[in-house]
Amino acid sequence: MLEIRDLTVAYGRLVALRQVGLSLRAGELVGVVGPNGSGKSTLIRAITRLVRPLGGDIRLDGKEVGRLSQRELARRVAVVPQSPYLPDAFTVLEVALMGRTPHLGLLQSEGRADLAAVRRALEQTDTWQLAGRRIGELSGGERQRVVVARALAQETPLLLLDEPTAHLDMGHQAAVLDLVRQLCRGEGKAGLAAIHDLSLAGQYCDRLVMLNEGRIVGEGEPQEVLSPQLLASVYGTRVSVFSHPLTGRPVVTPMSGDSGVGLETRGSVGTFRS
Amino acid sequence: MRLFGSAAEAESSPEVALAALLGRALWPRLALGLAALLGVALLAAAIGPADIPADATARIILSRLPGVSLADSLPQSWQDIVWEVRLPRVVMAGLVGATLALSGATYQAVFRNPLADPYLIGVAAGAGLGATAVIVSPLDYTVGGVSLVPLAAFGGALTAVALAYALARVGRTVPTVTLILAGVAISSIATSAMSFLMISHSQQLHTTLTWLLGGFNLSEWGRLWWLLPYVLPAAVIILLYGRILNVLQLDEEQAQQLGVNVERVKLLLLGAASLAAAAAVSVSGIIGFVGLIVPHAVRLLWGPDYRQLLPMSMVLGGAFLILADLLARTVNSPSEIPVGIITAFCGAPFFLYLLRMRQRAVF
Repeated sequence: MLEIRDLTVAYGRLVALRQVGLSLRAGELVGVVGPNGSGKSTLIRAITRLVRPLGGDIRLDGKEVGRLSQRELARRVAVVPQSPYLPDAFTVLEVALMGRTPHLGLLQSEGRADLAAVRRALEQTDTWQLAGRRIGELSGGERQRVVVARALAQETPLLLLDEPTAHLDMGHQAAVLDLVRQLCRGEGKAGLAAIHDLSLAGQYCDRLVMLNEGRIVGEGEPQEVLSPQLLASVYGTRVSVFSHPLTGRPVVTPMSGDSGVGLETRGSVGTFRS
Repeated sequence: MRLFGSAAEAESSPEVALAALLGRALWPRLALGLAALLGVALLAAAIGPADIPADATARIILSRLPGVSLADSLPQSWQDIVWEVRLPRVVMAGLVGATLALSGATYQAVFRNPLADPYLIGVAAGAGLGATAVIVSPLDYTVGGVSLVPLAAFGGALTAVALAYALARVGRTVPTVTLILAGVAISSIATSAMSFLMISHSQQLHTTLTWLLGGFNLSEWGRLWWLLPYVLPAAVIILLYGRILNVLQLDEEQAQQLGVNVERVKLLLLGAASLAAAAAVSVSGIIGFVGLIVPHAVRLLWGPDYRQLLPMSMVLGGAFLILADLLARTVNSPSEIPVGIITAFCGAPFFLYLLRMRQRAVF
């Protein structure tokens, strides 16, 4: 579905992505992890043409994104941006309906089908009861779920999420990621999510891609990518990686400087000092 | 006072919100607004130095409809005054008011800036310089009885805006903040050139100043026909983009990710709004305040949805300027006050009242 080859992106002289390659199949949820400034957001911006690559190409279903019209692109890819601005005076329903923009011609206004799609999206993100409220009256977590709803209302085969859980409490983090994973597995969408929280990423994603300074430094199953050695070298801090007692997925925690060196804990995959 | 309660405000349940979005809120509001606009227009056409009763005025206007003859018994001079003197002036004021308000709302939407008005990026300063240059030139500024002032104002306005747009270009994009800054810089150059011309030709100072402050004392049907070819297409284009302008209020990156070709929309809408404003200014002078305040008044009354904000701004802007012009020609009769003075002096207090009445974020 998504095929990226040799992608290089620069802001002026600052190179943000170097020869990144990545492919994504329908039904898959892939997490992009890495430190601040490693290029996660740039990758998402490049796929939606907000930045122009210096080199390489990005293809959706075999078509180069540079050749699609803005509208065609938005019918294939929906984005949940990192803490996006929403005007306070608009209602939740109005914002969610904006997700239908790429499906509407200039002379059309939203019809029954659009309202149905938006209602489903709002219900999926547990925000339908907020539909008439103004954005200015919402909590940070509610706003974030409205943005997710807007992206779902776009009804695209590919979903890009930039820190979708950043402003959410634990319960809503789980709800949003559960939903995204279920959309991938159940409805055959492909998802690419930049996620800071390594444990969450490991918990929910089928595959992880780790970026550091614009390069891919690790790719594969969460257990492979989230190794203490790689994490220590990329993040420059000591970490512990446990295996979750129920799921077997990796759980990552940083270790404070004064904790015992080489402390072994039950279930621990390993610790490493950089 | 349901009229002054925003429909969106009562939306507590999703069902009510849906009903509002399905456009049920707009049409009654628009119908009411248009009725008020017609009433105001009729009132303005019925008032003037010649004492013509309101019902006679209505009959004279109606008798122009095909197949209607209600005015046969009325004196010809009344018919001439209503049809050739007052009505063109009323229609012109209404059209200019609607144009300035629409174009101001469009600028505010595209720049996502509540301080934007149709004169932000050069229309006023360019028009002022063009008009002043023609007025102070030693040459006769009429050709075959037609004044060159509107033409020069129109050309000056469009030149200034085009220059600002060209200077603000960065690669393939025109960042809105850069465009505002370029527009302000171009405006200040044009304004200083205009001031120099005015000071160095002080014998024409009164003529120039009167033109700058704006008015409709030169209205005639001919000028209206000159205005329409610019204003009508521009209005149609802008009104079609109401929904897209809502999306643009998020920010340009989100709008783009939702499928809006942002640079093309910006160019098209700023072009249409500037063209319409330039045409309006060229026939009426630089009437301030309408383009800034009327969209805000609509926002305060009925919320930020551009699909209703754009048409309602036109209706309200038209009615407002007709009333302002009525005051301009009656308060100090027989001499006239420039209408720009009235719009600011009477409009601002009303706006402040609205602002105090509605204590919440509106933009």
